Amino acid sequence: MEAASITRPEVRAVRHPRLLAFARGLLNQSLNVYAGLALLYLLLPITIIILFSFNDTQSRFNFTWQGFTLQHWQDPFGVPGIGDAMMNSLKIAILATIIATVLGTMMALALVRYQFRGRGVTNLFIFIPLATPEVVLGASLLSLFLSVNLTSPPTGFATILIAHVMFSISFVVVTVRSRLIGFDRHLEEAAQDLGANSMQTFLRVTLPLIAPGVLAAALLTFALSVDDFVITNFNAGATITFPLFVWGAARVSVPPQINVIATMIFLATLLLMVLTVLQQRRAARMSAVMPEPGV
Amino acid sequence: MSLFQRRPGLLPYLLLAPGLLFLLLFFALPLYYMARTSLETGTLFTGYQFDWHFETYTDAIKNYHEQFIRSFVYAGAATLIALAIGYPLAYAIALRGGKWKNALLLLVILPFFVTYLIRTLSWETILADNGVVVDTLKAIGLLGDDGRILATSGAVIAGITYNFLPFMILPLYASLERIDPRMLEAGYDLYGTRRAVFTRVTLPLSMPGVVAGVLLTFIPAAGDFINAELLGTPRQTMIGNVIQSRYLELSDYATAAALSFMLMAVILVMVLAWAKIAGTESLLGAEAR
Repeated sequence: MEAASITRPEVRAVRHPRLLAFARGLLNQSLNVYAGLALLYLLLPITIIILFSFNDTQSRFNFTWQGFTLQHWQDPFGVPGIGDAMMNSLKIAILATIIATVLGTMMALALVRYQFRGRGVTNLFIFIPLATPEVVLGASLLSLFLSVNLTSPPTGFATILIAHVMFSISFVVVTVRSRLIGFDRHLEEAAQDLGANSMQTFLRVTLPLIAPGVLAAALLTFALSVDDFVITNFNAGATITFPLFVWGAARVSVPPQINVIATMIFLATLLLMVLTVLQQRRAARMSAVMPEPGV
Repeated sequence: MSLFQRRPGLLPYLLLAPGLLFLLLFFALPLYYMARTSLETGTLFTGYQFDWHFETYTDAIKNYHEQFIRSFVYAGAATLIALAIGYPLAYAIALRGGKWKNALLLLVILPFFVTYLIRTLSWETILADNGVVVDTLKAIGLLGDDGRILATSGAVIAGITYNFLPFMILPLYASLERIDPRMLEAGYDLYGTRRAVFTRVTLPLSMPGVVAGVLLTFIPAAGDFINAELLGTPRQTMIGNVIQSRYLELSDYATAAALSFMLMAVILVMVLAWAKIAGTESLLGAEAR
């Protein structure tokens, strides 16, 4: 844990070496303690959420601890509407992830690999949605949907999907772009020298190389979509997603099933994350072992 | 020769076209419609007509400047607290994490695995009037007998800080982790004290992370209304709450649109000014690297 790799030659003549060493040790420890406390602060609410999914609550609100029960875990979708809301969230997230990842990756490819007129303006244009508060994005989209009736009723599943793709594209571009920057274009030239056409080059050289960036962008989009409340709330109409369901419940009564489903999502995401990290580590080890990385 | 080489002039535009078209239709065009809406008069029953009604803006400032200022004060406070919590944590993980770096970083982003609203509701549970925190503070006398944490400015700022803290930590970590340990060694070799090495090597090299972290925390914080709604009372109302209720509950579209525009404008100006002061060209694109 200590910064043992950094050698610090003690050059200055110190009058009280032991006192100084003690002070230094204390400083070292206090940083670790501070960092530990900060981590605890980050994790406290999650612990409470998981804990309260086992709360044997009798009142309408799930705020005080009443005793342990597994009852809510046996029937996580027992509250009317919660299952449909979850299904809507998943459908929208999957569709939004596919569309935004494809569109954003194409844009990132264009922006990193080509010099063309209007590149600076395009970069700026992609940045602005990231610097716009969600409430403004949501309100302006609703202005559009109310003015031009794309669908009837004006808002619903389709408009939520449009909104989610819209706010995700910039994130995809930024994520994929950061991965593309270290990209060696000679690999593509080599493929073309060896007779690959541009489609083969893209599918068999470019795509595998940028795949980790694209995967990261897709995971990010999925997470943003499932979690979004503010923009969705403006453009949902009668369609209920999981965050909208929670919002409605927070005003009337918060059933412990919400904690159960939140815990389930939490564990599923954690599992996915750990698997991705392990997979990447294995891939890294494979390429380190192989003398000629599969070109 | 392939398509790549023969027509390099057209290919980037073809790659950009679908995404740009989508953003033009569903990001830029909505802003136009919102601008129109903000200058309309009328009600839900009589219909709306466009008549360059700029008074909506002046009225909105007159009626809601308090919420505007409060939003920026809360967001500023939350950003500073997040920096104070996040910098030492990011520093400890990046420079002392060793082989545990990735695991510790995973712990930092764990809150994102739980729905935003549920995280905030969890704080409601923690800070509740008969909850552990309030009882403890009362027992040691830091809080009066009828004192409470929920429904105060402190609770709202704490909630905002918590919800956006990972946005602060991740860029800080990224810039601290990238620092070449040899730079620090060089600092010590040149008789730098710990403090000197930190203030003259580590801190300047981590500035891009500070700049990005402050932006990523401040922007969503200034527009947030969930924390004020769930952890506060009408006395802690932020500009986001006003926009959302004017739009969705009161159908006062013109005022909501005018407020949205002003919020967006103020934030954009602040972002560009901040980028200018901080001198990060990397903000707008990755070319600068």
